[in-house]
Amino acid sequence: MLLHITTDGPPIYQQIVEQIRYRIVSGQLGVGDELPTIRGLAESSRVNPNTVARAYRELENEGLVEKRRTVGTFVAASEAKLTAAERRRLIAPHIDRVLVQAKQLGVPLDDLLAQMTQRNAKLHDAPIPTPAKESK
Amino acid sequence: MSVSHPAIEIDHLSCAFRRSEALHDVTLSIPTGCVFGLVGLNGAGKTTLIRHLIGGLRPRTGRVRVLGEDPTQTPESVMQHVGYVAEEDVLPRWMRVGELIDFMRALYRNWDDQLCDKLLEQFSLDRSTKLADMSKGGRARAGLLVALAHRPQLLILDEPSYGLDPIARQDILEAVVRTASDEGRTVLFSSHLLDEVSRVCDTVGVIGGGRLLEVIATEQLPERYCEVVGELSIDDLAQRELPGFFGWQNRGREWSVAVDRRAYPDEATLRREIGGELVHEVRPLSLERWFSARVNDRELATIPRTPAVEELSA
Repeated sequence: MLLHITTDGPPIYQQIVEQIRYRIVSGQLGVGDELPTIRGLAESSRVNPNTVARAYRELENEGLVEKRRTVGTFVAASEAKLTAAERRRLIAPHIDRVLVQAKQLGVPLDDLLAQMTQRNAKLHDAPIPTPAKESK
Repeated sequence: MSVSHPAIEIDHLSCAFRRSEALHDVTLSIPTGCVFGLVGLNGAGKTTLIRHLIGGLRPRTGRVRVLGEDPTQTPESVMQHVGYVAEEDVLPRWMRVGELIDFMRALYRNWDDQLCDKLLEQFSLDRSTKLADMSKGGRARAGLLVALAHRPQLLILDEPSYGLDPIARQDILEAVVRTASDEGRTVLFSSHLLDEVSRVCDTVGVIGGGRLLEVIATEQLPERYCEVVGELSIDDLAQRELPGFFGWQNRGREWSVAVDRRAYPDEATLRREIGGELVHEVRPLSLERWFSARVNDRELATIPRTPAVEELSA
């Protein structure tokens, strides 16, 4: 897994969480896929192994991945185990960022909402190709 | 070897060369398994500190223990477990890579031939190449190889990336991370490339004018400190000696200051103390900002005490 880590942005563990989360949500990583080992990811990203471990713990807490003792870390099957409130808390900073940007660009709120609906439809009509999960 | 002692223990170490003080009362303990980043400007004392750890300098005042031993008393046994890469490009240039390896291999009981071969391949080094014919990055890799191939318990790198190309720097960082991934191994590396330090170090210490100014876990930094950016004439600010403030900087009317969050119960109180409407932003303190705040404050603090003019005329 090749992550892009910068040191002038948000905390490094958070960048790892976000990039892996994106890969899971967008389907690049499917249910049951194995994540790289902490050590492997630390080496390839050149970050402290504790930072990777912290990111994995965070992903586990969010219910996106599950740790199987001695085997490794895998993308979890179940829908996020987060409560609605937790999900809202997690998405709030992203919404804020978009809102600030929209204000600066002079995009009114209703226009922004319309665009979001539109783009959402686009995302789900033509999804990124995912490995087909056969139901036998 | 028991792991009950810290990997590195420095107690009230001071050191002076002629009249100038290179280290002043440095006390530092680095636990086993830590990746410690030592940051500071050029001439701050990083190399002097490191030379005490490898037995290159004997403490005049204070005490140094490396892996539980005194590196000046028993250098042979301490250095068996220490991998060290010097700041400068000091490898004997008349040697070939293979000769350097054979030489080092004879010194270390724990030399690992397999690991050595693996590193040769990974760093694209050839035993028959003369060190003199290699690039600076190539020699840095050769130096790193001989520091790693005996699987040291403690890896000490003095400005490992200084003057190297980005690819060589990546190799070095990868080696640091790989060493750190092994249980019970410790890394100390000095750098002024804060980007590298914030990536790989779990603890960072800043040194300025020979003093260890602060040691903090990189993870705690944004929780412990914040940076406040605002607008006000700097004269007004000079009169505000607010607790927990350090490292003032300004650009025109906009200023920035580092703040110890512990001095305030919450952000609202902090904003109120400064004068709410003047504050543009309160954000977590970055490693870079922390570094410049600590180093600048120190320099300001010493200006009245040691006038440079006097030094020159003496």
